[in-house]
Amino acid sequence: MTVLSARRARRPVAAPRARRRHRLRVLAFLSPWLIGFGVFFAYPLLATVYFSFTRYDLFSLEYVGLTNYRFLLQDENAWRSMRNTMWLVVVMVPLRVLFALGTAQLLTQLKTGGNVLRSIIYLPYLVPPVAATVAFVFLLNPGTGPVEQLAGSVGIPLPDWFNEPQWSKPGLTLLGLWAVGDVMIILLAALLDVPRQLYEASAIDGAGPWQRFRHITLPTISPVLLFAAVTGVIQTLQYFTQAMVAAKVAAGQADQPGTTTAPGYPDGSTLTFPQWLYDEGFRQFNMGYACVLALVLLAVSMAFTLVLLRQFHAFADEEVSG
Amino acid sequence: MTETAVSLRPSAGTGQAPSPARRRAAGGTRGRRVLYWIATHAIAIALGIMFMAPVTFMFLTAVMTDEQALSGTLWPSEWAWGNFAEVMSAEMLRWLGNTLLYAGLGTAFMLVSSVPVAYALARFRFRGRKLALVLVITTMMLPPQVVVVPMYIVWARFELTGSLWPLIIPLLFGDAYSIFLLRQFLVTIPKDYADAARVDGCGEFAAMIRVVLPMARPAIAAVALFQFFYCWNDYFGPLVYADPDHRPLAVGIATFRAAHNVEWNLTMAATLLTVLPVIVVFFLAQRVFIQGVTLTGVKG
Repeated sequence: MTVLSARRARRPVAAPRARRRHRLRVLAFLSPWLIGFGVFFAYPLLATVYFSFTRYDLFSLEYVGLTNYRFLLQDENAWRSMRNTMWLVVVMVPLRVLFALGTAQLLTQLKTGGNVLRSIIYLPYLVPPVAATVAFVFLLNPGTGPVEQLAGSVGIPLPDWFNEPQWSKPGLTLLGLWAVGDVMIILLAALLDVPRQLYEASAIDGAGPWQRFRHITLPTISPVLLFAAVTGVIQTLQYFTQAMVAAKVAAGQADQPGTTTAPGYPDGSTLTFPQWLYDEGFRQFNMGYACVLALVLLAVSMAFTLVLLRQFHAFADEEVSG
Repeated sequence: MTETAVSLRPSAGTGQAPSPARRRAAGGTRGRRVLYWIATHAIAIALGIMFMAPVTFMFLTAVMTDEQALSGTLWPSEWAWGNFAEVMSAEMLRWLGNTLLYAGLGTAFMLVSSVPVAYALARFRFRGRKLALVLVITTMMLPPQVVVVPMYIVWARFELTGSLWPLIIPLLFGDAYSIFLLRQFLVTIPKDYADAARVDGCGEFAAMIRVVLPMARPAIAAVALFQFFYCWNDYFGPLVYADPDHRPLAVGIATFRAAHNVEWNLTMAATLLTVLPVIVVFFLAQRVFIQGVTLTGVKG
């Protein structure tokens, strides 16, 4: 301890050579990321802004001013995809967090089998999204799917999930709830971190389970809940794979080059914003316009990232110490 | 505090003559506790079944014959294990090879580049350290779709589009998520260890390799696993870059059903083959996974 503080005190007057060596060492350790950040993040970000004022299809580049931005205002698919993505943000994210909180709370209450159930709930999160989506389209498929068979035998009518525009997003939400493991594990860790004494003290005061949850558990884990919600929103803004695969599998389309089927089967209901960006950029090669969509996505995700950064501020401030 | 709370409970049942009100409350609590136990465990079992059902049904369908898979039966009357062999076509093996190249090389590249960066962010004090950390978190959070168009244009100029290299090469330059995760773990290792190694004449790099990294093995295992499965699962990246010859499993599987009409049994068999490695690794390294996930959020 004394050695450390003595060195720290000495640092400002350290010889310039030692300081330069320190700086070089830091640079050497950071160099992979410094290059990566510049080449794979900062440059393409600036290039996105530049290309957004052009019409570019990989062959001919033409400066078009604000045309792409003006086109965004009247692009029906862009607005539809924004609405779909917002639907998922508003419905799926809160449901996932609530469901995760419920299962995590249940896990803390189990005297036996808690570890087994924790693994069972966590595992679906690891199932590759493409595989999980293919499986869900099949499971919920009305003709041959087992869920329909089971529900039918009890007499519950079920919708034609991934073939009906108003049921495709709820179908994706079910898939999201099945893969809730990541949120559940984070909340479980937070719940187990709540100091035992607080519960014991409140038990002496005669607090019921609900009061304990409301006045002790919730306030203690609220930063983690916020983290889960905000990261959930950011992930959902990127929601691409499941929606695209569900549409593709449900429609039975072949993914051959040259097919120009409209994305978002059925009826554009699963067309999320990143999917429209992909479609414009890499199927129709309207790269300039795709950059405008990318900037919209950037602005919205950045707003939520700032919320996260504020939360991280406390830890970013802390000293490097041991 | 703890002791009083614990000793309060049994006192209701001992011969200390508690007040009638207290006794009634305690008796009620015990009855309620049994009901509570039954209720929680019943919900737990129901949840467990629901979470296992999808993969169970996938498996049952994968071993059905073609006719059974179309008939809507739940249990295969005849087990068609041959389905797994049937889907292991040359095409599927090529997808698998592409996936292993992407995931294996990607993970190795990520580790080589991200570990020193995380080490520097955790251990060194320098001007701009906070800014660097903020930028790492920002890049980690922003969607990959934001920068994909200009990157595609760059890779097209290098004539690397069509292959998986545009996804592998950037991992040589650090992965923000892994850097952040490793950094979160490395700050918890006391500085004294590296200092002691340096007193013994090690350079900073040697101190990192020989002293600090062995202590960070769980975190390194976690980021390696996460990276491997990120690549294994990645759909968007290969969809943008890979031509049919360079498709990984994730993209291939998504086209499987269309190519095989409505042969759900084969589709499920192929899909299960992509799930299997993940499940096996999970059971081998369960603790690594769960520790790793916890590291992302809670320490913030």
